[in-house]
Amino acid sequence: MTDVIAPPAAGGGSLIPGMGTEHVAHAHEDHGPTGLMKWITTTDHKVIGLSYMITAVALFYIAGLLALGIRVQLTTPAGTFISFQQFNQLFTMHGSIMMYLFAGPFAFGGLANYVVPLQIGAPDMAFPRLNALSYWLFLGGATTMLMGFFVGGGAADFGWVAYAPLSTTTYTPGPGEDLWIMALVLTGFSAIFTGVNLVATIFYLRAPGMTMFRMPIFTWNMLVTGILILIAFPVLTAALVMLFADRHFGTMIYSVTGCHTVTGTPDAHACGSAVLWQNLFWFFGHPEVYILALPYFGIVTEIFPVFSRKPVFGYKGMVFATMSIAALSTGVWAHHMFTTGTVLLPFFSLMSLLIAVPTGIKFFNWIGTMWRGQLVYKTPMLMAIGFLFAFLMGGVTGVMLAAPPIDFFVHTTYFVVAHFHQVLFGTAVFGGFAGLYYWYPKMFGRMLNDRLGKWHFWLLFVGFWLTYMPQYILGLHGMPRRVASYPSNLGWQSWNIASTIGAFMIAASFMFLLANFWMSWRYPVPAGDNPWDAHTLEWFTTSPPPHHNYTHLPTIRSERPTWDYNHPQSPNIRHGSGRTRAAPGHSNGHGPGGSGNGAAPGHGNGSGMERREGPVS
Amino acid sequence: MSQPVDQSPAGTPLSTNRDAAVAGSPAAPAAAGEPAPAPRPRRSRWLGAAVLAVGGLLLAGCQIPTFSATKPTTTQGQDAIKLWQGFFIAGAIVFVIVFCLIAWAVFRYRRRSDAIPQQTQYHTILEIVYTAVPVVIVLVLFAFTFVTENNVDALPAPRLTVTVTGFQWGWRFHYTTKNVTVIGVELQDPQMVIPVHEAVRINLQSHDVIHGFYVPAFDFSRYAQPGIINKFTITPQSTGTYHGQCTQYCGLYHSLMRFRVKVVSATQFAAWVSTHHSSGPQKSVPTVERRALGKSTPSSTATPNSNASTHTSTAATYQTGSTGL
Repeated sequence: MTDVIAPPAAGGGSLIPGMGTEHVAHAHEDHGPTGLMKWITTTDHKVIGLSYMITAVALFYIAGLLALGIRVQLTTPAGTFISFQQFNQLFTMHGSIMMYLFAGPFAFGGLANYVVPLQIGAPDMAFPRLNALSYWLFLGGATTMLMGFFVGGGAADFGWVAYAPLSTTTYTPGPGEDLWIMALVLTGFSAIFTGVNLVATIFYLRAPGMTMFRMPIFTWNMLVTGILILIAFPVLTAALVMLFADRHFGTMIYSVTGCHTVTGTPDAHACGSAVLWQNLFWFFGHPEVYILALPYFGIVTEIFPVFSRKPVFGYKGMVFATMSIAALSTGVWAHHMFTTGTVLLPFFSLMSLLIAVPTGIKFFNWIGTMWRGQLVYKTPMLMAIGFLFAFLMGGVTGVMLAAPPIDFFVHTTYFVVAHFHQVLFGTAVFGGFAGLYYWYPKMFGRMLNDRLGKWHFWLLFVGFWLTYMPQYILGLHGMPRRVASYPSNLGWQSWNIASTIGAFMIAASFMFLLANFWMSWRYPVPAGDNPWDAHTLEWFTTSPPPHHNYTHLPTIRSERPTWDYNHPQSPNIRHGSGRTRAAPGHSNGHGPGGSGNGAAPGHGNGSGMERREGPVS
Repeated sequence: MSQPVDQSPAGTPLSTNRDAAVAGSPAAPAAAGEPAPAPRPRRSRWLGAAVLAVGGLLLAGCQIPTFSATKPTTTQGQDAIKLWQGFFIAGAIVFVIVFCLIAWAVFRYRRRSDAIPQQTQYHTILEIVYTAVPVVIVLVLFAFTFVTENNVDALPAPRLTVTVTGFQWGWRFHYTTKNVTVIGVELQDPQMVIPVHEAVRINLQSHDVIHGFYVPAFDFSRYAQPGIINKFTITPQSTGTYHGQCTQYCGLYHSLMRFRVKVVSATQFAAWVSTHHSSGPQKSVPTVERRALGKSTPSSTATPNSNASTHTSTAATYQTGSTGL
């Protein structure tokens, strides 16, 4: 293992002549076709990651449009904008696209695919062809689901949770529902393969010196997410196959058709179990919530330290908190089923309440990271702070929902709608687009415009609160979710109008993102390798990275190899309760915790070296 | 903007480093529970205000607002609302504390110089505190939850039993011992009549898909599911007519699957039973064929309007909590 490696070609001024850009460009050209064929035939994790992200963001815009349709319908109690059937399709497809096709794939198929191999110094994912298969399955699944709009009877309209027996052919006979089921089988396999790939890559392809406890938190979270995917998604796929069998092969797994007499007594022998679907679905569904949340926790945990110019506060606590969340998340599914009257309330209530503890730890870690830092408010940081506020509100109301007596009167009302939108919007939108603004310079070698980014953020932030806070009140006043019209005498209309205005502000904010993409395409501003003065390995290579990611690696002695390299004079890592760990770049002894493995400390790789400069800050 | 420059406290001995930090800060170290010191005077002022506010609320006793939740009209609902009030106050306190910490960090530590700040990464005592304190909070919340949920779900011996059946898209109320049945006609709201101050047992079921029996004024809901009979008790405490609605999405006309609950005095209830007694179902609409209303049903724009008249009677008596939020 080389201890001191030649410094990389720098963005703001090349240090080593032998490492010029021609060499990199040459390496790039050596691999396969170009143009469209490159995108179709590639097994490069970066190109696949970009494909994932582009597809997922496009689907996000589509699902956002569907949401606007929902909101317009609800501005009047009578709800005359679209028919009930269209409304039912809209909220079903809005939820399905956002949950299955945007939030997950954008994170673990897109950002993680792109970033994780770079962060651990790997040349690619462990199984590049499987990775390509994942993307094509995902694209096929997404297309299949959207096809529902073009078949007779329209798209699926049984809600994104597809509760049986509503989802059996007796009540929803159309082909749109079948397409929906098959789409989820396809994207389910796509997710499973990505999960396998992530776990294998992180376990086996780390660069020398990159021990587990030197991995960036984003990579840690993607490892845990990968494991959760492997736990949760096969259950969904199996449940869907059984649902399909109920629909078309005459099985009676969830179906209850014909097993009741009109006056009431069920015939136990002829009946399927409607509650079985809910158990299976939520055994997938709740880990799924964390599959959607953990990657975004990881993203903001990358952003806070960089824009505070400090290390992650409580790094190890953060890792263990992530693991606890994952473990607990497999034992809380029935809190979605409190009102079924068929679950053991105290157990699931306690487990659900407990999951607030590791989540709280993360909050204190994020705040501790910012504490006494030098906070730089670029767009990624603003988005990450937006995430904090959004997720705080969603988290507090989540604790309330964990108490069954409270859940009894807000379950399936707009209170729940507001809660999970604040959680998922907070993570997938604030967190996700924070990640997009953060890594965009790495992916394309050019900056996104910060002024447009700030417009995007502030409109989004105000729109977010205006959209969802009225929904809490609506829920507490008794407005059920998934209704296309409501009584006009209950005082719900004004809150609904406020919410709709907020939704349009959110939509407007995303026009600024499109404008930003256009700006960076039309008037590129070169980013350099490390525009944020970031900490982790991916900022050490060029932007965009060469085909195999690295021609050189720095010595990895801490969880911040690029920072160590660029800041040989950085103050020591400090232990707030008294102990101090030597900064990895220094030879003044070996401190406790984490600096022992791999590269021996003491080879000062940079004492005389110039810092690389970025164009920003 | 200028480039960040590494200043080099790193080169100095460690103790100097720490001392310098303390000396350089305008604040004394704060109590455990905060990630780092904040100015003490300001903090104790906030604390004082918070204690006053919470204390005031507690002194007000049962005058605690329902924080936007519907004022309960049943004994079970009153239990649930007490728990809600407790959770709301606890949640609000946690929210305010964390909100202030974030806001403080965001405003106080915005970039002021190019100096690299202290690279603090661990603080064991603090980490233990902010793990242990939430565990304690959660266990306390769970204890209250456990007690309340047993009260809400209790099944005392009923004075009256009503079998409630949800179907696409209406409700059927069958008074088991009275030989009275009320069935909602397609897209018209049926009315369940029950006596005040009596424990009414509801046996809830469905014959087709899953529905949700929800009366906001009772602060309670429960699924009506095929193959399962859900039993619960409601003990209304005041007379009136209350809006009810299906909450679990159940197909095309889910939005219109509403009903009313009319709580009357015991004598009025007896009179109502005698007029509706034994003449068979009030409106004998066959329940089996309802799902014929499939996706092919034409645009539904007319339906809410045609239905509007049935809701006017609800208007006068439907109550919402007007306080809070």
